[in-house]
Amino acid sequence: MIKYIFKRFLYAIPILIGVNLLTFTLFFVVNSPDEVARLHLGNKRVTPEQIQSWNEERGYNNPLFYNQSEKGIKSFTKTIFYQKSFKLFIFEFGISDSGRDIKYDIKQRMWPSLAIALPSLLVGLLLNITFALFFVFFRSTYIDYVGVIFCVGLMSISSLFYIIGGQYLISKLLHLVPISGYAHGFEAIKFLVLPVIISVIYGIGSGTRWYRSLFLEEIEKDYVKTARSKGLSEFSVLFNHVFKNALIPILTGVVVILPLLFLGSLIVESFFGIPGLGSYTIDAIQSQDFAIVRAMVFLGTILYIFGLILTDISYTLVDPRVRLK
Amino acid sequence: MFTFLLTDIFFYIIIISLIMYVAYVRKTPDILANWLYVFRSRTGILSIVVLSFFIITAFLDSIHIKNKIYNNNTKQYVYTSEIKSFLDIILSPMHENYEKSYSAPFSSHLYSKETVNFNNIDKREYPRLLYKGNHNKYSNNKIENIAVISLFSIIKSFFICFLIYMIIFYRTIFKKNNNFLNAFNNNNVLCTSFFIIFFIIILLYDLSTQYYVLGTDKVGVDVLYKSIKSIRTGILIGTLTTIVMLPFAIFLGIFAGYIGGFVDDIIQYIYTTLNSIPSVLLIASAILMLQVYMANNPHEFENIYERADLRLFFLCMILGLTSWTGLCRLLRGESMKLKEVEYVQASQTFGLNKFSIIVRHIIPNIMHIVIITVVLDFSALVLAEAVLSYVNIGVDPTTYSWGNMINAARLEMSREPIVWWSIFSAFLFMFILVLFANLFSDVVRDAFDPRANKKYE
Repeated sequence: MIKYIFKRFLYAIPILIGVNLLTFTLFFVVNSPDEVARLHLGNKRVTPEQIQSWNEERGYNNPLFYNQSEKGIKSFTKTIFYQKSFKLFIFEFGISDSGRDIKYDIKQRMWPSLAIALPSLLVGLLLNITFALFFVFFRSTYIDYVGVIFCVGLMSISSLFYIIGGQYLISKLLHLVPISGYAHGFEAIKFLVLPVIISVIYGIGSGTRWYRSLFLEEIEKDYVKTARSKGLSEFSVLFNHVFKNALIPILTGVVVILPLLFLGSLIVESFFGIPGLGSYTIDAIQSQDFAIVRAMVFLGTILYIFGLILTDISYTLVDPRVRLK
Repeated sequence: MFTFLLTDIFFYIIIISLIMYVAYVRKTPDILANWLYVFRSRTGILSIVVLSFFIITAFLDSIHIKNKIYNNNTKQYVYTSEIKSFLDIILSPMHENYEKSYSAPFSSHLYSKETVNFNNIDKREYPRLLYKGNHNKYSNNKIENIAVISLFSIIKSFFICFLIYMIIFYRTIFKKNNNFLNAFNNNNVLCTSFFIIFFIIILLYDLSTQYYVLGTDKVGVDVLYKSIKSIRTGILIGTLTTIVMLPFAIFLGIFAGYIGGFVDDIIQYIYTTLNSIPSVLLIASAILMLQVYMANNPHEFENIYERADLRLFFLCMILGLTSWTGLCRLLRGESMKLKEVEYVQASQTFGLNKFSIIVRHIIPNIMHIVIITVVLDFSALVLAEAVLSYVNIGVDPTTYSWGNMINAARLEMSREPIVWWSIFSAFLFMFILVLFANLFSDVVRDAFDPRANKKYE
């Protein structure tokens, strides 16, 4: 088991190198640092000296891969690739283009993101599975039919509509919770209620349908027929047999996104003014702060790969048939 | 003179390949059977009719022309730099005049008070609209007038639908011993949906010659016109993206699965790497870099149309490159399975080369996965465009798109009293397109997926 996990971590390294090279190409080779600097300085009449000093302040003045003016190991370390890309491996995210410490910001901002994402995930999961079981229990009836149509309708509405509509209805018309903002500690709850509700409602359509199809796939199998022919009630078949066996695909779907919860939701956080990593990314995209975007791409990749490894481990814990080699 | 933007050409390619696919399906009985399942289902035929109207609108909007004008100074005909589409010409009553600012749907006055000089006395009042809303044609009462227009459009759409009915079913109608309405009874969903759509189109068209049906926006442009123009962007994002990604996904997937070995390892590595990056972040970084490139090289684009068009095209490319991985993985698995099937093994023993096996046996047998994925992705992509445009990494701000309309509505929602119609119509159009695309994809999946639970649908 430990050997397997170790092996999986080793497999992650070439992928991370690939992602690193890809982001490096995107951010430094497609457009040279000078062009990025020109964009940031804004106007057409930018002098080369201004660009030079902008790059020097942020450490973009080195050559890309190989520094000829330095000697020994320094000719490799005093390059943009080492300073800006390679250092991501040891979680040195560096300084953002606006001069803030990215690592500090990320540490500060991942908790508000989690405070929204985790309750939304749990409540959503509970509701989706409940609805799905309900529809499966009444399968091939009008309840199921109408329910599925309703789910398709919910799925077809843009996420922006839920956010804008919810904010307008609950905060502006009914004045139940503040429109946006954040506070630390227990004060935060009143700011978190609405975003969580909206994320849950947004997920209901696709989630319910997905779990419904999982249950329906399971309900066709032979052991379910056996259970029914033994004389068990439909309710007990559904909960004791179908639900238990459908938990395996449900679990793998959930575990893989657990680490990504730290990244938060881009749109929800920016609408509700929650200082999480999602709004951090949005702000970085809108102010074209590439250092932050680069760091977030790498962080997201690490979290995703970590989620995949967790999924594999969780498989062995819930499904005794799976053996890791 | 016709002009062809880059996305236009790709849109024509999509239409041509669609026609070629239809011709291919008609010759292939087993695929035809699957499609007949779609056509027989009520939701299937309904969504096909609705989606085809959206596609026709997008197609009309993709035929661009430049106007010729006479230059008095040089005594020559010159082409204007302004590009118009066929749809613009059809909808010209909607956008030839602009009002001053916001006005509510069906309103006859502007939405905000202005100082008006009347008989040398300054008064604060709601100014009347300049072009529409005050010239009631049939009756002075607005509601009566609208009722009369609706009545006329019902008659008109009855007439058009009757013509179409005769054209489509002329063979069945004029058969001997045949009830005249027999064809209608067998295709009542088709005929009814045709009627409803024609009614809506004609009603909106007639109403918008006299009113702003969905109001006007900040600079006085008809919101209905903006929403209709956005259809092309939505459809293009949904279809062009998949066209861009299909070759990659199909060929890499088959190579990885069928040839295996070293090739398989490399392809797997590529798609795992791309897949590991959260897609929003990858799209954001690619678009940001494109923005930098476009800002630094403005001379490479002839005019704003081309610039906006190129950005739309690149957005599709980037969305396609981030979304081909899922399909590629599915196809790899399927072709690995197919490699072991008897008929493929048999053709290998007969000495057929690998290329022919792929073309003759593998590709036809993975097409159902491709179709299901393409149809499923469509609605997600239309929704994604809105979100991306909202974050400013979507289409160009000058392009008509639902995302841009929602983005502009941010300020409108915070003013008092709120301007709700712009955002409402963007959401409404998007909802209709996505809803029918979702319904369609459900039916297509049921028809093509051998594992689908047809029993419970």
